[in-house]
Amino acid sequence: MKTLVLAEHDGKQLSPALFQAVTAAQFWNSPVDLLVVGSNTSEIAQQAAAISGVARVIQADAVHLAHPLAEDVANLIFEIGREYQVILAAHSSFSRNILPRAAALLDVAMISDALSIHNDNTYVRSGYAGNILNTIHSTDAIQVLTVHSSNFAAASLGGSAEVVSIKVPAAFGKTRWLAEKHNHSDRPALSSAKIVVSGGRSLGSAEKFEQILSPLAAKLGAALGATRAAVDAGYAPNEIQVGQTGVVVAPDLYIAIGVSGAVQHTYGMKDSKIVVAINQDPDAPIFQVADYCLVADLFEAVPTLTAAIH
Amino acid sequence: MKILVAVKRVVDYNIKVRIKPDGSDVDIHGVKMGVNPFDENAIEEALRLKEQGKATEVVAVSLGTTANQDVLRHALAMGADRAILIESHVKLQPLGVAKLLKTVVEREQPDIILLGKQAIDDDSGQTGQMLAALLGYPQGTFVSALNVEGNEVTVTREVDGGTEDIAITLPAVITADLRLNAPRFVKLPNLMMARKKPIETLHAPEMGVDVKPRLKLLQVTEPAARKPGIKVDSVEELLSKLRTIEGIQL
Ligand SMILES: Cc1cc2nc3c(=O)[nH]c(=O)nc-3n(C[C@H](O)[C@H](O)[C@H](O)COP(=O)(O)OP(=O)(O)OC[C@H]3O[C@@H](n4cnc5c(N)ncnc54)[C@H](O)[C@@H]3O)c2cc1C
Ligand SMILES: Nc1ncnc2c1ncn2[C@@H]1O[C@H](COP(=O)(O)O)[C@@H](O)[C@H]1O
Repeated sequence: MKTLVLAEHDGKQLSPALFQAVTAAQFWNSPVDLLVVGSNTSEIAQQAAAISGVARVIQADAVHLAHPLAEDVANLIFEIGREYQVILAAHSSFSRNILPRAAALLDVAMISDALSIHNDNTYVRSGYAGNILNTIHSTDAIQVLTVHSSNFAAASLGGSAEVVSIKVPAAFGKTRWLAEKHNHSDRPALSSAKIVVSGGRSLGSAEKFEQILSPLAAKLGAALGATRAAVDAGYAPNEIQVGQTGVVVAPDLYIAIGVSGAVQHTYGMKDSKIVVAINQDPDAPIFQVADYCLVADLFEAVPTLTAAIH
Repeated sequence: MKILVAVKRVVDYNIKVRIKPDGSDVDIHGVKMGVNPFDENAIEEALRLKEQGKATEVVAVSLGTTANQDVLRHALAMGADRAILIESHVKLQPLGVAKLLKTVVEREQPDIILLGKQAIDDDSGQTGQMLAALLGYPQGTFVSALNVEGNEVTVTREVDGGTEDIAITLPAVITADLRLNAPRFVKLPNLMMARKKPIETLHAPEMGVDVKPRLKLLQVTEPAARKPGIKVDSVEELLSKLRTIEGIQL
């Protein structure tokens, strides 16, 4: 039997989390195939072939896959899925859109965001916003899952897998891609950043959010994160929301600034190596998950901190 | 145009659940329950489409036990026209829920099926996509804005890098993100009125679909607590502490 990994990419580069998903896929000790879907993907397919531990890169290339839609990718996975014992991807908005659809076509259950793999069909995943851990055993013949990529080491380069093209079925045709909006910034990507500076509603405005947090992030080479309250208030864009309904991060250093520490937020950051919290309320729940707790007014403490960093 | 909204009954998001002493599951006995937050957004959006004159009927459906009547009453009190309860004594998983919802869709023939993007108890985030697959319908997931024009719905999806807009031909399955709208508060008189509205009950075992759980829960444990933090009194102290940590350069 074989393992299939759905590769995520932006047309130019593979997602860093894919390398971690490839490591997770080695668990079953069977050949690992990567599925690369898109248009003009020869460059991406070559990158994928160079990941060590990959047996084959399956390239599904068609003009209508330039912005791959869940309906089309799920159909592709369905067509080849029966050859596999395991079909997995790094947990992301891309895979969360596609894999449940593919699983239902294959008439199997899906395991979302597996934290660890215990044996061929047993996993640990969290529930209730990370308050509990469930050990789950799947009885299906095909295991479809997404993995919590930060829990797996990244596969290295140095492989030379063969690349094979497959015939792409006609477009599903009931969904049209219109546009995408990405806030381009010079900062590192949130999900893979080594340091994250995160702010809450207490920043008070989009201007303050930028003015107080950006200089610190710039000095640290950090990505910016935000709470849902800050995003809802329009202080920060949706894609930097950290938490149960946003991005899950596990950087070396997470600095939570004016963040209360609701479980829905801490779900997204409590695996960080070191957590620093700055909050004026000594009883703020964020201090329960922080390694270093500074009770202070952020509007004073953060500029002081920024100035003191070399 | 008819809209079907799936409403799950879950533990209130403010509650920290306890684990049963034998570690077999969480103990939700006597715990405050309510509508899954994302499903409130789904109901709200359906009602807004009705108020805009684009939808004619909003039907709420919930799967579980008779206890689920309370979330259906909530949906009715918000303004849903009808409610359907699918009773199941087997604890349902997303694939089973999707299969049962499919039979309701086949009977009701809604143009839009609205679900939450995820249930906050299991955080699966699967049911909408599975339902769309089983129906052969297109899907719009993690939706934060929605506009119906003729037989097409245009949605904004919240994705990892930002947002994405797609246009979807109806009938379609849509899953709601929290930023789709701010759900209305239920007024007491509406809740009283909703108590009187009938709820149609269907029985899962009679619906001819296989809802046998595919996933077995072997054990529930508490995650390891982080070790207690250190209180620092000043930015200087914070920095001097951080500077002793290997790998961090400040
Ligand atoms: C279904 C659901 C999903 C959710 N998903 C997410 C999610 O993914 N991510 C997320 O973040 N939230 C999520 N939430 C919301 C979450 O429950 C909290 O409401 C939110 O995280 C609070 O954001 P906050 O800390 O910015 O705001 P608040 O809770 O208002 O906290 C502000 C904090 O700032 C402190 N403060 C105020 N002024 C200062 C100052 N001058 N200096 C220092 N400190 C100051 C206060 O003491 C307080 O602790 C979700 C909620 C639900 C119901
Ligand atoms: N038992 C249920 N009853 C009604 N709706 C449900 C049920 N389970 C899941 N759903 C719907 O599916 C969405 C996603 O759930 P899940 O896939 O479990 O995260 C929820 O937000 C609901 O809209």
